Amino acid sequence: MSTNVTNLLYLITIVSFILALKFLSDPARARRGNQIGAVGMLLAIVVTWIDVGTTSWWAIAIAMAIGGGFGAVAARKVKMTAMPQMVALFNGVGGGAAMLIALAELHRILPEPGKPTADILIAIVLSALIGSISFAGSMVAFAKLQELIGGRPITYTGQQFVNGAFFIAAVAAGVALVAGVQDEWLLWVTIGASLAFGVLFVLPIGGADMPVVISLLNAFTGLAVAAGGFELENNVLIVAGMLVGASGTLLTMMMGRAMNRSIANVLFGAFGQVSASAAAVAAGDGGGTVRSATAEDVAVMLAYAHKVVFVPGYGLAVAQAQHDVRQLADLLEAKGVEVTYAIHPVAGRMPGHMNVLLAEANVPYPQLKEMDDANPEFSRTDVAVVVGANDVVNPDARNNQGSPIYGMPILDVDDAQTVVVLKRSMNPGFAGIENPLFYNPKTVMLFGDAKSSIEKLIADVKTL
Amino acid sequence: MSHGTILVFEVTILVLALFLGIEVISKVPTLLHTPLMSGTNAIHGIVIVGAMIVLGLPGKDTFTWIVGFAAVVLASANVVGGFVVTDRMLEMFKKREPPKRKEDESA
Repeated sequence: MSTNVTNLLYLITIVSFILALKFLSDPARARRGNQIGAVGMLLAIVVTWIDVGTTSWWAIAIAMAIGGGFGAVAARKVKMTAMPQMVALFNGVGGGAAMLIALAELHRILPEPGKPTADILIAIVLSALIGSISFAGSMVAFAKLQELIGGRPITYTGQQFVNGAFFIAAVAAGVALVAGVQDEWLLWVTIGASLAFGVLFVLPIGGADMPVVISLLNAFTGLAVAAGGFELENNVLIVAGMLVGASGTLLTMMMGRAMNRSIANVLFGAFGQVSASAAAVAAGDGGGTVRSATAEDVAVMLAYAHKVVFVPGYGLAVAQAQHDVRQLADLLEAKGVEVTYAIHPVAGRMPGHMNVLLAEANVPYPQLKEMDDANPEFSRTDVAVVVGANDVVNPDARNNQGSPIYGMPILDVDDAQTVVVLKRSMNPGFAGIENPLFYNPKTVMLFGDAKSSIEKLIADVKTL
Repeated sequence: MSHGTILVFEVTILVLALFLGIEVISKVPTLLHTPLMSGTNAIHGIVIVGAMIVLGLPGKDTFTWIVGFAAVVLASANVVGGFVVTDRMLEMFKKREPPKRKEDESA
């Protein structure tokens, strides 16, 4: 195939990606959008394969079978609750591929006669640097969400300094390479230091902020791929990479806004490190006692309420209790109780995560209330049932200036007559922050796994 | 075309893609944030094209062979995993019968 034909076919791929992004921002067409993107991708792969010709035909087939097979099995087997870490994993390997391409390209052009041009070297350094950060950072994000390592922020003194040193080392080696020191080892230094930086820069970030970090690293991979396009003089890599880089950055900012946190604060704030003043205030509040209730008590409360609002959180997702909650809601509705669900924009571990899970349980759309619609309703609510949510209902976000989540918009469940909190134990939540809601005299705790607690409630409501 | 001409052309489409990327997703409802992130994740799997070009280079040495092979493995995991995960998320949003309100019962 001539280069022109190849590039025209790549243009079709580019158009399909643009349509995919456009459709993905519209609920009615999102799935179609993803399919269009996949078809465009398939076209690009076929075109490239024909272009490459018979060289390494088998190697490409085997490598694709290994990678694609792993991707397909991992993506099919994973539970809906584990989706966030899968996105992190697949993002990381993309970044890793961009890094490897940079390495191979430098290896190829250095021995050629004549000096390589500066722009190619800059592209190689950038894709190696950004790709490595994305790869290492995503793997740490994956490990944190998969709970292979603790989700709590890991901090030590001089941390920013050590991170800065690795970053400067990575950049310095890259600058030397571009400046004309033609040594392949410099790129290894860039890659090594960037990998270390990627690990160290994600480690101090708390699990609750991981979605924002994954989204940012996703944009990074896009940029690394665009840089790879400059190395190989390949339009489809440049355009698709930049599309993801730009839209990913915007998406990251939107997610941050939903949590009322700036990106800088997410990255450098070591979220979850409870500041001394916040701890003091929490301790002052926390002197109160916690009331716990039995499932029977709660069942009576629910069955004789006029209006019940369920507030689902990550605990519901992890216990796979969405179907049981739906069943309980149906029972209550049959008894004449008005039931709605209040969804915080970042409930679960990713924005929109909870909508996905409740949709899976066939909860009717009109019952799902976004935060701004749900909050005014709480004052007319008899019972707010918090199922495995914590930080999104923490009144400290409103009242305690020293709290790390101060300013985050929350669901005002404490406006309801009674709050029932379903929770495994008194452990602080994902972000590791105390929650004064649990000590509120209006609140009763129903301890236990969300699924078994809901099942008990169903059984008890049935007997009433 | 000279290298300079190609470079200027590439920078041009890079900048246009930057603005397009911002423009095309300017309004996204919160419930689609996660699927959109996953969808863009799948799209940067286009890196597979670069990986295939590296592995398909004629007359390459063992080092390039190994690096290219690894790159194709990683990139194809990105492509397949990315699209499948996104599809599974979006499967949940499929259209269904409009929900029946239980007005009469709740009266």
